[in-house]
Amino acid sequence: MPQASTQVPEGYVKAFFRPRSLSDAKYTYCPGCHHGIVGRLIAEAIDELGIQDRTVGIAPVGCAVFLYQFYRVDFVQAAHGRACAVATGIKRANPELVVFSYQGDGDLAAIGTAETVHAANRGENITVIFVNNQVYGMTGGEMAPTTLPGQRTTTTPEGRDVRLTGYPLRISEMLAQLDGPAYITRQSVHDVRHIQMARRAILKAFRNQLEGKGFSLVEIVAACPTNLKLPPPQANRWVAENALKYFPLGDLKVKGG
Amino acid sequence: MPKGLVVIDKDRCKGCGLCIGACPFEVLDFSGEYNSAGYNVAHMAHPERCTGCAICAQVCPDVAIEVYRLQPDKLKEGA
Amino acid sequence: MTRMLLRGNEAIAEAAIRSGLKCYFCYPITPQGELVEYMARELPKRGGVFLQAESEVAAINMVYGAAAAGVRTMTSSSSPGISLKQEGISYLAGARLPAVIVNMMRGGPGLGNIAPAQGDYFQATKGGGHGDYHLIVLAPSTVPEAAQLVMLAFELSDRYRVPAMILADGMLGQMMEPVELPPPVDPKGIPQRPWAVTGAKGRPPNVILSFDLEPQRLKEMNLVLQETYREIERNEVRWEEMATDDAQILIVAYGTMGRIAKTVVRRARKEGIRAGLLRPITLWPFPYEPIRRLSERVPTVLTVELSAGQMWEDVRLAVEGRAKTPFYGELGGVVPTPKEILSEVKRHATG
Repeated sequence: MPQASTQVPEGYVKAFFRPRSLSDAKYTYCPGCHHGIVGRLIAEAIDELGIQDRTVGIAPVGCAVFLYQFYRVDFVQAAHGRACAVATGIKRANPELVVFSYQGDGDLAAIGTAETVHAANRGENITVIFVNNQVYGMTGGEMAPTTLPGQRTTTTPEGRDVRLTGYPLRISEMLAQLDGPAYITRQSVHDVRHIQMARRAILKAFRNQLEGKGFSLVEIVAACPTNLKLPPPQANRWVAENALKYFPLGDLKVKGG
Repeated sequence: MPKGLVVIDKDRCKGCGLCIGACPFEVLDFSGEYNSAGYNVAHMAHPERCTGCAICAQVCPDVAIEVYRLQPDKLKEGA
Repeated sequence: MTRMLLRGNEAIAEAAIRSGLKCYFCYPITPQGELVEYMARELPKRGGVFLQAESEVAAINMVYGAAAAGVRTMTSSSSPGISLKQEGISYLAGARLPAVIVNMMRGGPGLGNIAPAQGDYFQATKGGGHGDYHLIVLAPSTVPEAAQLVMLAFELSDRYRVPAMILADGMLGQMMEPVELPPPVDPKGIPQRPWAVTGAKGRPPNVILSFDLEPQRLKEMNLVLQETYREIERNEVRWEEMATDDAQILIVAYGTMGRIAKTVVRRARKEGIRAGLLRPITLWPFPYEPIRRLSERVPTVLTVELSAGQMWEDVRLAVEGRAKTPFYGELGGVVPTPKEILSEVKRHATG
């Protein structure tokens, strides 16, 4: 599908352009939100693997609820937390499809923990993109399962008190203990170097599915500038200096690797 | 002719400033021009410095930036 | 046709497989264990997918995924498990996905027990989940009818893009009867699903959703559902009548109670009481019109249920005060004997 874009100026060649799998729709995210970068990396992976015409995405409930508008691929909107079960149903019904779910921390690591853990444990041959921005963005900035100790949210106005609400859930570490998953990794997109690494991880998570390797999950530690109440550049710094201390980056499980 | 050129889709830009901070050559800045959504959009303040490295486009959360590079033969002519 | 001796649970499973069932997702619960086990044994051999999920919530959402992918899909459970599935059922209804859900009802509320009951009538017929929706609800009273209605459930669900429920109880599930089963359906006869997610190849992307933030557009989505429900109400009401022509008392009962009520009608007739029976087969759409018609000439319409009086409300809506509408019910998994029901019939017929 041709992409509407500016004419190439004379003497120049296109070096970076919107991936073809992204639709023309504008993102509905706030300024500086990392969802947009992750969304683009997924589209780049779909383009690079040439799977636009057999990919099905699962849109979550949360800030990415409109995800289905952003791609030129088939989409299913799932109930909050149920994306891994819905993905399982689609993949089992039609294994020729490339199925990915896109979920936030509330979706994947709170209300959908059971569906996530069991899809991983079955080694379900799907790709899961997990955006961990430590907050419930869409509903108004409430505490997430991944909110850092002491972090202020609208439901932890004095900062998260671990004696009352427990600790941030490192779900990738949990999943990495299981025999089922093929690939569990944690990445971030707060600067260009990390974006490149996240890009390779997402590509691998899709390629694993094409190769029948089974459950692959890429966690992205992301920034929510709006709820951090920080300008986007400072929010990125906040991720690097705070969130990554609790959520260290790197591969947590690579089956056979 | 500069080695690179960026085209910012003014309708997509939300003025987050991440491209401005990420550019290694301080090519970009806020334009002072506001789009229909009310965002102060980024623009090339110093186009002559652009190398076409595309870091700005990589960090743009709204996929609002397209990057062009001078064709290699033109590059020689310029040098 | 194949003749088989099957339990109700097994007949439902076999009929579903013969209906072209591709994906079955479940979570074990009594009293429908034989259905799960039959599927585990038979479905993979016959080209389908059997998957035991981690919960009823997961199972219904797997059904949602498989239905979105365009295959015939089903889940089964019993009362407490069906409560857990309500979220997913509402999403199926909202996204207009065809699927079949089997509820082998047991005693409730809460954990209740595993004895036969009909306390889930409201949940099944009035929309047990959130939002304005209905399921097509089919209530078999014998094992052969259970098999027939499963096949019909797949057909109607596909035709109208409305999820269908088989509402039966533990007694029917355990009962063994000979069943005549038609050969498996020709996959070519199953309606095409151009809306399914099959990969956006040579067409714009398909999106399955039950979501629209814009009230006017969500209203439009709802109106499509409502129009479909009106069409189903016009075309698909099913019921059985027995000895209603000259009835002085009409029993209305469904499922297991409908079956017992037939014995009651025969015994009453022997004793000179002109009893008749109307047995709803579709609980939604409910046979309001035939009950209304009969209530114009039958002075007493007695509803008999294994509940505190749930279908009774629909019977009274149909009768609209034209006849007396007494109720007789049992609770907690207690099943009344024909003799007990007969004494109720006598009391109201002569009273």
